[in-house]
Amino acid sequence: MMVSTASTNEQPEQPEHRILRPYGDTTGDGMVQLSFTLPLSSVGSQSKVAEGAAVQLANKMGMDPALVVHSKPMGPDFTFFVVYGRVHHLVDTSKVVVVERDYPLLTPKEANAAIKASLRRRLVVVGACIGTDAHTVGIDAILNIKGFAGEKGLEYYREVKVVNLGAQVSVPQLVDRARTEKADAVLVSQVVTQRDTHLLNTREMSAAFRESYPSATRPLLVVGGPRFDEAMAAELGVDRVFGRGTTPGEVASLLVHRLTQPTTQPTTQPTTRPTTRKAS
Amino acid sequence: MSLDKLDHRLDKLDHRLDHRGKLDLDPDTVREARALAERAGRPIVDLARQHTTVSVERATLRLAGLAGADAEGTPWVNRLADVVRADLADQGGLEHGVALPVWDALVRGEADDLSALAQKASAGSVRFRLPEGRDATRARAASRKQVATGVRRMDARRRERDRMIKKHGDAPSKPWIYLIVATGDIYEDIPQAQQAAREGADVIAVIRSTGQSLLDYVPEGATREGFAGTYATQENFRLMRAALDESSRELGRYVRLTNYASGLCMPEIAALAGMERLDMMLNDSMYGILFRDINPIRTFVDQRFSRQVHARAGIIINTGEDNYLTTADAIEAAHTVTTSQLLNEYFAKEAGLEDWQLGLGHAFEIDPEVPDSFRMELAHALLARDLFPDAPLKWMPPTRHMTGDVFRGYLLDGFFNLVGALTGQGILLVGMMTEAVVTPWLSDRDLALQNVRYVMNAAGSLHEDFRPQPDGFIANRARQVLGESIDLLDRIISHENGLLDAIADGTFGLMKRPADAGRGLDGVARKSDAYYNPATELLEGRQ
Repeated sequence: MMVSTASTNEQPEQPEHRILRPYGDTTGDGMVQLSFTLPLSSVGSQSKVAEGAAVQLANKMGMDPALVVHSKPMGPDFTFFVVYGRVHHLVDTSKVVVVERDYPLLTPKEANAAIKASLRRRLVVVGACIGTDAHTVGIDAILNIKGFAGEKGLEYYREVKVVNLGAQVSVPQLVDRARTEKADAVLVSQVVTQRDTHLLNTREMSAAFRESYPSATRPLLVVGGPRFDEAMAAELGVDRVFGRGTTPGEVASLLVHRLTQPTTQPTTQPTTRPTTRKAS
Repeated sequence: MSLDKLDHRLDKLDHRLDHRGKLDLDPDTVREARALAERAGRPIVDLARQHTTVSVERATLRLAGLAGADAEGTPWVNRLADVVRADLADQGGLEHGVALPVWDALVRGEADDLSALAQKASAGSVRFRLPEGRDATRARAASRKQVATGVRRMDARRRERDRMIKKHGDAPSKPWIYLIVATGDIYEDIPQAQQAAREGADVIAVIRSTGQSLLDYVPEGATREGFAGTYATQENFRLMRAALDESSRELGRYVRLTNYASGLCMPEIAALAGMERLDMMLNDSMYGILFRDINPIRTFVDQRFSRQVHARAGIIINTGEDNYLTTADAIEAAHTVTTSQLLNEYFAKEAGLEDWQLGLGHAFEIDPEVPDSFRMELAHALLARDLFPDAPLKWMPPTRHMTGDVFRGYLLDGFFNLVGALTGQGILLVGMMTEAVVTPWLSDRDLALQNVRYVMNAAGSLHEDFRPQPDGFIANRARQVLGESIDLLDRIISHENGLLDAIADGTFGLMKRPADAGRGLDGVARKSDAYYNPATELLEGRQ
């Protein structure tokens, strides 16, 4: 009955080239779940039409067979559906592209030691939420002593001087402060993504730094936020983009890696190559 | 002992237990906590009385009826206040208030009304002066008369609310279900809000556009462009209130409307809310200082005025203690919530707000991985309930530990709702399982409301059966938090300049906010002996 894909059963220990289907309760069954709303009434006699419409959508999305397990009217004009079904698509993990961490993860102690040995002074980090974004949760998670995911923030690192400018900092303010503090790195967090504000703000920020610094002395520019694509660094004109779930240790390690090795060009992009490794 | 006597004694015991709440907090400790909050807050009130701000003055002009904006969108209240301040720069500028110079000009016949005066002033064809003697008396009387129209308008709106509640009925049960709308476009917000009301919302909150708190003016007119929210403007207030009046008629219950009196313009926004019959306003005594880096003195002065307006307009304030928990650990920082609630209560009562108007905030933000996290949430929520038995507490859902796993988030929201049911919360902000994922979809809201309804239906009266062990985990934890908040208040008071120094040195979290820094400082002035503000006088009930 089930179409078993070639590699799944025989070669589970070779993760580099796996061809997969979703897993419900049996290898290769291809089962997925999906929920969505259609602007359709499902009151009374219209419920059959509504369910049929839901099945049609699921079929068009590649689910076949598709089973509507739940449909609920939400007011007179909308219906919510939960659909279970099989997809026949195969995924090839060898063709997945992710940004791999191209630097070693350091403990705070190792990071401190590396900075001390290489810079012979404290590494200066200026952080902010720019534009009108008032959500400091991201920058605070990375910078505040409190930290995130069980890791202490950069303020905890003895050899790192942290200047957290907080929320709603304008780009000129940020550039000014980076200059006064002689920042080695500038960290910017962007949470609000409506109308792509996070992308617009980031481009404005990187342009401002390129304009006011010669490229050799420009601080390392790092942006982060839950909706960033980690592969967009070049497009945004920054040195590194961090997505959701990034921990302070990862950021600290990147800073140490890039800033304590003068041979590395600050504009070097992280290597992107096919891998099965999950992005942070 | 006769049965009657026993009954009587049991009644008395019951009453005592009720009075002391489920945690049986020591009344002396509670009194001490309140006394400390008052000692910390009183110097701030004195400070607020001694100062005025550009926004307080502009709010006064708004109450007098000055509305609208010039072709560039700068409100006339800003134009007029700026010219008055500049003309009087040699004599101290803002320190005398705008009422005397403005109504002196009107009495002198410089213009027929405020609007014409503002236009002439921005064209540079009026010179303002500080009137003295009989001129000052005349200006004072004229300003008082005109500002009183705005205060009367708020009074009328308050009576109108009472009438509508009587006619359509109030929210059917407690807690009131509080739902958020945030499209950025008032004309999109309206159908969404009406739909949310149909689905069961008792309170609609229109989230403001990100960044409005740092604008030193209130935008004008109906707006369709906002980031992660919709601008608070008088016209947007009016449009949304009218739409919800329609919903109230349709649904047979009064649907309340909420917005934000915070940021640099909080006095003006409070006045607009009062005149447009908003029902609740987010309004916290220290939020702007700590989380928006607004100057402490600016905030405290603006706060006091806005609270006086809310008191008069019958608006329920919602304080922002949830913010302490989203930026710090919810267990370690639990006492900062209690401390802030006590301070917010003191500042609110001082400004004339009554218990029923105090939507003191708290939130369900403990890391769910921590053992006994639910018992601790329950302890913290009960502490707030017992400390403020007559306040409609505002209970806010998890955000920090919503990971994007919507299934787990839905469970967490269920437990949040259960705490709400067990602790008699007055206002329940409905948690969305898609928190941190998307702005709520139609289906998210529907599922979230099903969650609330299930819990309230299944366990809404569970609080009748629930009384924590007197020396159990929950009671002890609550006592510990209260003790820590008393320690914190002690530490605040032991600073040379009390609360101001404590805010400056980072006593509240890691944020250090000195009194001589922060946004909006240039809009603060120490009042002169000649200072006059009819709005303050009217709101404080002075003749």
